[in-house]
Amino acid sequence: MLVLAIDTATPAVTAGVVDLTADSPPRLLAQRVTLDAKAHGELLTPHLTDALAEAGRTFADVDAIVVGAGPGPFTGLRVGLVTAAALGQALGKPVYPVPTPDAVALAAATGEPLLVATDARRREVYWAVYDAAGVRVDGPGVDRPADLAERGLDVRAAVGEGAVLYADVLGFPVVGPHHPTPVALVAVAAADVLAGAEPGPLTPLYLRRPDAVEPVGRKRVTRA
Amino acid sequence: MTDRLILGIESSCDETGVGIVRLGPDGALELLSDEVASSVEQHARFGGVVPEVASRAHLEAMVPTMRRSLEIAGVELSDVDAIAVTAGPGLAGALLVGVSAAKAYAAALGKPLYGVNHLAGHVAADTLEHGPLPDRCLALLVSGGHSQLLLVEGLAHKITELGSTVDDAAGEAYDKVARLLDLPYPGGPPIDRLAKTGNGCAIAFPRGLTGPRDNRYDFSFSGLKTAVARWVERSEKAGDELPLADVAASFQEAVADVLTMKAVRACKDLGIDTLVVAGGVAANSRISGLAAERCAEAGIDLRVPRPKLCGDNGAMIAAIGAHLVAAGAEPSPVDLSTTPGLPVGTIQVR
Repeated sequence: MLVLAIDTATPAVTAGVVDLTADSPPRLLAQRVTLDAKAHGELLTPHLTDALAEAGRTFADVDAIVVGAGPGPFTGLRVGLVTAAALGQALGKPVYPVPTPDAVALAAATGEPLLVATDARRREVYWAVYDAAGVRVDGPGVDRPADLAERGLDVRAAVGEGAVLYADVLGFPVVGPHHPTPVALVAVAAADVLAGAEPGPLTPLYLRRPDAVEPVGRKRVTRA
Repeated sequence: MTDRLILGIESSCDETGVGIVRLGPDGALELLSDEVASSVEQHARFGGVVPEVASRAHLEAMVPTMRRSLEIAGVELSDVDAIAVTAGPGLAGALLVGVSAAKAYAAALGKPLYGVNHLAGHVAADTLEHGPLPDRCLALLVSGGHSQLLLVEGLAHKITELGSTVDDAAGEAYDKVARLLDLPYPGGPPIDRLAKTGNGCAIAFPRGLTGPRDNRYDFSFSGLKTAVARWVERSEKAGDELPLADVAASFQEAVADVLTMKAVRACKDLGIDTLVVAGGVAANSRISGLAAERCAEAGIDLRVPRPKLCGDNGAMIAAIGAHLVAAGAEPSPVDLSTTPGLPVGTIQVR
């Protein structure tokens, strides 16, 4: 099966073309990845087109799409999700959302308990915890690094840009790669994709409510 | 040359719109569908559009709105010949959802993409209802985010801003005055309804930027809003019962007076005989009514699209896209991005 992999939940604009079969691990055919937190909207679709061209395929050959559902900074995150949704609709192919940290954890594959921490800005991290088998046992959540450290997480290493930024506070050895790879994204959804399972809803993992306050009373313009 | 189907996507503020227009070989436009999903109710309690709330709603609404629009038009995505999308001006995060979706649709279908100006779209909406515009016309664009006087010399060719608001947009002034009067958001419809039962001459609210030395085509509504606030507060302090209908009518009269006076003045100055009033606030009964009176007196042909086409929608984006396609415009580049501050003179992002 030809699977497009998309993720925009981190500063990496991630686009990949992956070959997926039942009897071997997902195989990367081509990828385009650019580290630029402000260029998701500009680059994602050209990256997909270029990666397909390098793989010698076209959009018509695509059998399924896998997209990272975050958590991640909202504006960029939505680019990946709406792109995947529109491609799925235009091509008539299923779109499988996967939690982005699951793909980061899988790509790191340390074989030991692992913390994934990505940059949530505002001095916070999006995080999730994985056991030695790579199964998510806690999260995803969003917290200040110090609060996360106080929880006494039972992990041996940390991965992700949040883990790098707050290595001092978190106190875990940092491993990589810090961004989800196309192969790892597809691997997370592989069983569903191969089975042709009904995809879950394309709901972004925002984890935060919109910043908005209801107005209270009104400002006077004359002296009371 | 046969018919071409142009699809338009709009997401610059709080409406997710997908419209489909058929462009005939003679350049005639036929509106096939115009579906809009609005998040206005989610913003009401905040008294204004919350960008993040709007962006989240666009993501949820994009695919369903597209599906409905295609169904109503009775066409498939693969039948579409070109895709137009609002590239600006508007809210950055909101624009990005529509532009990202449009790029994906265009890439998947292998069809050209046109990143277009939202304001040009508002003017183009009128051509869906009243046919082609003359070579030169004037457009008064009034909405929640914009208040501008535009010289339009070919929708696909040249749009020049003659004047604009120096502070609040007309629709913004309506929202703020509605809050003062404890009326719901958005303020336009409730003030319009209330004003019909009041006397527009009851209170002489100021007409901004109408002095002899003021700019002939610019607008200002911030002072008017403050004048209404002062009037309301003085009345409350005196313990009087607030004549709500008269305040609403007098405020509305001040807005309509300045907008239509300056639009007609610009037509006369430039020797133009056609005025288009477009944008969400164009649906206001007193603004369109007074424009009709003054245009009739001045011998100007007034064109106002029906209310559904005045608010933000995808059909108007399909319409400006169709005008560009008909004029032989090159598509926008594949790395098209959003331009939240896109000037009105830039009809297409190239």
